[in-house]
Amino acid sequence: MIRVQTEDFDAGAEIAAMRLRITDAGGLCSFIGVVREGAGPEKIIAMSLEHYPGMTETELARIEDEARERWPLEDVAIIHRIGRLVPGDQIVLVLTASAHRKAAIESAEFLIDWLKTKAPFWKSEETATEARWVAARASDDEAAAKWD
Amino acid sequence: MKVLYFSWMRERVGLAEEDVDLPAGVDDVAGLIEWMKTRGSGFEGAFTEMVVVRTAVNQVHVDLSHPIENGDEVAFFPPVTGGAR
Repeated sequence: MIRVQTEDFDAGAEIAAMRLRITDAGGLCSFIGVVREGAGPEKIIAMSLEHYPGMTETELARIEDEARERWPLEDVAIIHRIGRLVPGDQIVLVLTASAHRKAAIESAEFLIDWLKTKAPFWKSEETATEARWVAARASDDEAAAKWD
Repeated sequence: MKVLYFSWMRERVGLAEEDVDLPAGVDDVAGLIEWMKTRGSGFEGAFTEMVVVRTAVNQVHVDLSHPIENGDEVAFFPPVTGGAR
């Protein structure tokens, strides 16, 4: 299940829905990405996410397919928000379900690493004095590349 | 051919999307970018730092040698920054 949406999500409800949908999963793993204020001298007061409608959904589905090929997954859910978010807001939810915990945990990490470097989302950050586009980080490419 | 621009590339070019007739002699992404750079200072500025320019053709990530033809949907954008820190 893949959703790209402006509105917030209820992680507890999504987990419960997956748990009831899948009766043969021994473990569910969830990851929630949250907006930070940041550690820089200027606190981030908001961030805005834009995306490439159409390609985003296709690319997320491709990443899900890749995870399903690598691990025996019973279910996958990815919800990614777009629009303006403030510190403390949820950005992304990744949920995986598998018969055994290791597959659920590893695949959730894989999904978030690949999503970061492949799904066409772009963030801009606002501080009290400026708005700037967030640059991609080499450490994100490295995190994604470890799954190659 | 539909061309889309995202993030700071959209701001530099000054357009979110446009219809472009593929110029004669251009048959791959690299050729299209060379032509783009001749279209004025906004385009030149957008395509200066090629290390931070990514391309998708028909909504799939591609590299500079990927072929293009009229009717394709081409998108230019910086490296993606979704997900969480």
